[in-house]
Amino acid sequence: MKLQLNKKNIPILATIGVFLLIYLIGSVMYTNFFSLRVFTNLFIDNAFIGVIAIGMTFVIITGGIDLSVGSVVAFVGVLAAKLMHVYGVHPVFAFGICLVLGALFGMTMGGLIHFFELPPFLVTLVGMFLARGLAFLVSLNAIPIKHPAVDAVIDFGIPLGFRTWLPATAMIFMAVTIMGIYVQKYTRFGRNAYAIGSNEQSAILMGLPVGRTKILVYSLNGLLSALAGVVYSLYTSSGYPLACVGLELDVIAAVVIGGTLLSGGSGYVIGTLIGVLILGLIQTFITFQGTLSSWWTKIVIGILLFIFILLQRYLSVAGERK
Amino acid sequence: MNETDILIDIKDVSKAFPGVLALDHVDFCLRRGEVHGLMGENGAGKSTLIKVLTGLYPKDGGQILFEGRPFTLSSPLEAAGHGISTLYQEVNLIPALSVAENIYIGREPKRFGRIDWKKINTDARVAIQKLDLDIDVTQPVSTYSVAIQQLVAITRALEISAKVLILDEPTSSLDLAEVSQLFKVVRRLKKEGIGILFVTHFIDQVYEITDRITVLRNGRFIGEFETSKLSRIELISHMLGKDPEVFSKEQEDAAMKIRTRKTSAEPFLEVKHLERKGSMTAFNLTVNKGEVLGLAGLLGSGRTETARLLFGIDRANGGKVLLDGEQINISSPRNAIEKYFAFCPENRKEEGIIEDLTIRENIILALQARSGIFRAISQKRQNEIADQYIDLLSIKTPSASQMVKNLSGGNQQKVIIARWLATDPRFLILDEPTRGIDVGAKAEIEKLIVGLSEKGLAILFISSEMEEVINCSDKINVLRDRKILTELAGEDMEVSNIMRVIADKEAGI
Amino acid sequence: MKTGEKLRNENFQRLLWPLMALLGILLFNFFFTPGFFHIEIKDGHFFGSLVDIANRAAPVMLLAIGMTLVFASGGVDLSVGAIMAISGAVAATVIRPDYVKGVIAYGEMQPLFYVIAIPLVFSLIAGLWNGLLVAYIGIQPIIATLILMVAGRGIAQLITQGQIVVFIHEPFQYIGSGFFLGLPFPIILVLMVYAATYFLTRKTGLGLFIEAIGANSVASHFMGIRERLIKLSVYIFSGFCAGLAGLIICADIKAADANNAGLFLELDAIAAVIIGGTIWGGRFTLLGSIIGTLIIQSLTTTILTRGVAPEVTLVFKAFVIILVSLIQSEKFRGLFSRRLAVKKVSGS
Repeated sequence: MKLQLNKKNIPILATIGVFLLIYLIGSVMYTNFFSLRVFTNLFIDNAFIGVIAIGMTFVIITGGIDLSVGSVVAFVGVLAAKLMHVYGVHPVFAFGICLVLGALFGMTMGGLIHFFELPPFLVTLVGMFLARGLAFLVSLNAIPIKHPAVDAVIDFGIPLGFRTWLPATAMIFMAVTIMGIYVQKYTRFGRNAYAIGSNEQSAILMGLPVGRTKILVYSLNGLLSALAGVVYSLYTSSGYPLACVGLELDVIAAVVIGGTLLSGGSGYVIGTLIGVLILGLIQTFITFQGTLSSWWTKIVIGILLFIFILLQRYLSVAGERK
Repeated sequence: MNETDILIDIKDVSKAFPGVLALDHVDFCLRRGEVHGLMGENGAGKSTLIKVLTGLYPKDGGQILFEGRPFTLSSPLEAAGHGISTLYQEVNLIPALSVAENIYIGREPKRFGRIDWKKINTDARVAIQKLDLDIDVTQPVSTYSVAIQQLVAITRALEISAKVLILDEPTSSLDLAEVSQLFKVVRRLKKEGIGILFVTHFIDQVYEITDRITVLRNGRFIGEFETSKLSRIELISHMLGKDPEVFSKEQEDAAMKIRTRKTSAEPFLEVKHLERKGSMTAFNLTVNKGEVLGLAGLLGSGRTETARLLFGIDRANGGKVLLDGEQINISSPRNAIEKYFAFCPENRKEEGIIEDLTIRENIILALQARSGIFRAISQKRQNEIADQYIDLLSIKTPSASQMVKNLSGGNQQKVIIARWLATDPRFLILDEPTRGIDVGAKAEIEKLIVGLSEKGLAILFISSEMEEVINCSDKINVLRDRKILTELAGEDMEVSNIMRVIADKEAGI
Repeated sequence: MKTGEKLRNENFQRLLWPLMALLGILLFNFFFTPGFFHIEIKDGHFFGSLVDIANRAAPVMLLAIGMTLVFASGGVDLSVGAIMAISGAVAATVIRPDYVKGVIAYGEMQPLFYVIAIPLVFSLIAGLWNGLLVAYIGIQPIIATLILMVAGRGIAQLITQGQIVVFIHEPFQYIGSGFFLGLPFPIILVLMVYAATYFLTRKTGLGLFIEAIGANSVASHFMGIRERLIKLSVYIFSGFCAGLAGLIICADIKAADANNAGLFLELDAIAAVIIGGTIWGGRFTLLGSIIGTLIIQSLTTTILTRGVAPEVTLVFKAFVIILVSLIQSEKFRGLFSRRLAVKKVSGS
């Protein structure tokens, strides 16, 4: 991808800079930090965040927001677990049902936002309530996921050498990222998302399918949230209704740190990928450091989020003055 | 004239909205290879006509022929499909996307099911060169000036194979050089046989570029004229519906009735070389105590821009303002209000009233804002003030606790005036206070203006109705094309004179 | 006299629906929950389901009071739950400064004033931070307060070093579990904050200014209303209310739990405000928000007594909020009253 040095690309260049900086500091300070294993783990441990973050990138590019993602992950987790564990549904069908429900859930929210012109934060906040409540309705406790087919998927992996292997979850993350990049760059749906976020009024007058694109964006994010729920249940081998509380914030942080403008119209899936890896690096860094407690992660993410929002704000104000 | 040259033939088209007949049996004819100006003041029906033509509104009656065949559109998209494209004052492009993508978005060429970026960029380069533009088509469109953005929008229209190009005030935010760049392209398109419908408020531009002019007034078709045979004064008199010769006489008597006062020569507000780039050319202006200064000019001539500069909504790039002989700096409305300025904006709904609050609250808000948060006006005092102004301005409402949104336009306007009178201002700016309100309320407001000035208030009065400006003002500044041309006072304040000044090519240069 | 009646009418209409909903829930309990309305006096204190509902609702009521003003100004504050956690963490740390270092001894007993004032100062700073981002840097409220929602809980955990700090401090515990005039102290505290807020907004120009900037910020700017200053103060106030709510919960459970204190409560507060009839960017009603909170709490209690898990109330809350928002949406109403709408346009 060709990157030109203009105002639009400053956030993503800053993202790459931050990533390299943390990686450099970590590699200098700790042995083993710069290793294939640590790098692969970034993809494994953050696969579920990454999958949603790709969907969220599209949502934020259209100028929207989706707060429901964490709850959807929890809901999908317990639902899939219960379907398999209690009702004996085959994992393929159980996960299939979850993906369809996720997409429908997103579609409904998109419909409410588009047709009734309700603010996205309100609709998706309600979605957050609803999905969390439904998760509790399915089960109040954690349900283990145990099925030969699931175990086979969990155990499957591509060996990368150096005693490192790439499991299915990480592969799903990478596949979604590649598809995200393709959709964003090479399909009309991807380009229309930019158009809506940059100037919705113009998009309407230029004859672009604004309503359809918006609903599709939320449907896509619902689908990817459900997929993330599947990845998460493979990662933890269980479904838990209280899982991923506050995940939406990590996801939004990853997208924003990845260089996507919160006001919409600008951003790249590839940036989001790096944003997710930055969150992972911070986590790894704090683990390597050893004495810093885990809550520092939240604080550092908050500070990074703040800095990137300030950068965006500064750029847009500078743009208005021009 | 050859019949086949006619692109669009609008015959007898009408369009009614609840309570208004926006188009009343209007005719309009656009030919191949001409630039056709559509002129008219507020409420003439220009924008309704364009919206009917482009399918945004259905027509109520009449016929539209496109290349000789009747056609009806149900949406702007269909219009584009027929080769009718519209350019607005606000550039309708996607700022964040590249020039090339803006030209093709929605119809991107594909290869193997994916968008063919190579083709988009090469095609765009070719398309943009047709307009003699030399820009990097891979850069975001927002990196270029508004003029270039307009040209990119035109390129997009041409690529959708435009036969008809509607330019709806595309030059409002362009400077002279940019306008000439745009016009160069327009002339070229004209040669290629495209029919161009041009709507603007700039008289100079109409004469520079158009071949014919159609004038509308109050929803009615006034006439189609060849630009070269229509004098400026004739054009203006068609737009305003006044004959400069006949009108001045009868006008004078009416005017004398309400304007029987002498004014002090004590300057209150003096403005020197105030200017704002892209908005107002440097101007001077003086308002004396107890005097009404009228601003007269056509729509878009810079009347509102002047008011916004004086009230601190827009900041000036240069010049100075003297209040009672002392230089002041007005950098915000709050600042202006501290100097006891008051401003009733033209756009009542968006900038004036707060619909969801009551009349009482709307009236006392500005006063409360000035006295601060903690010096609350007691409920009793609020009611007194509200009732006093409801009485004084005869605002028609069952009680002061009514929501403002339930009032008629005229009464809403009175609420805004009441709001400012309650602050006991020294300088009142009224931007189109009588627009869209009934005759009775209008007369009341006019009387009020004169009454207030007699009590010593300095007033800046803006209206598109020239008689009204003459009736109420002690002197009048005439504007055209964002410039104050001249000042008229006393006997010179006649409709005919104002029209002549506006029509006079050399005025104000 | 006449205007007064009209005004009361407008307020009454706004509260009519929430009140009916509350009455409906109470009526349901009257028939199906034995002893629901029973109130007894033990040791001069009132006890019973109704008192219990009000007492449990107290923290959310405080949040809702703050959120009402933020909502009316056209914003939202997502960080209130995190601020509650910070406030509780600070209070517990003031009481047992060395607990996190493993020192079990209390040291000297801290005066109540410090235990209350220091957490509240932290809360005010948190609110100030939100307000600065929204009003002076111009970041969308949802994003601005999201930052503190992410980092705030981290800060709270940093203060308590990730531990649940338990403590005993009789005077402070009174805030959470004491009785005053026979009523639980949290209820009294809510009444006091409510009265103060009512006075501050309705007996000064503030309430009107908040509504004005929320409903039409351009017109407000033209009138010289200091939009930024007012927005700033609204977020500071919301922070203060959250801090107070955090103190109640912390004092009630005699512990600071940075992970769970105030979790999800920002959503309850937003729900209460919407149900209570406050418009996003416009008219607000403090009493409506209080009623909204009572609706949510009595719903939760009712569901609990039916033997359903309390977490499931989230589903109900979701449906209630979306229903109320839809009713407020003009597009939605347009579906049902298209003819009426046409008439209205032609009339104006």
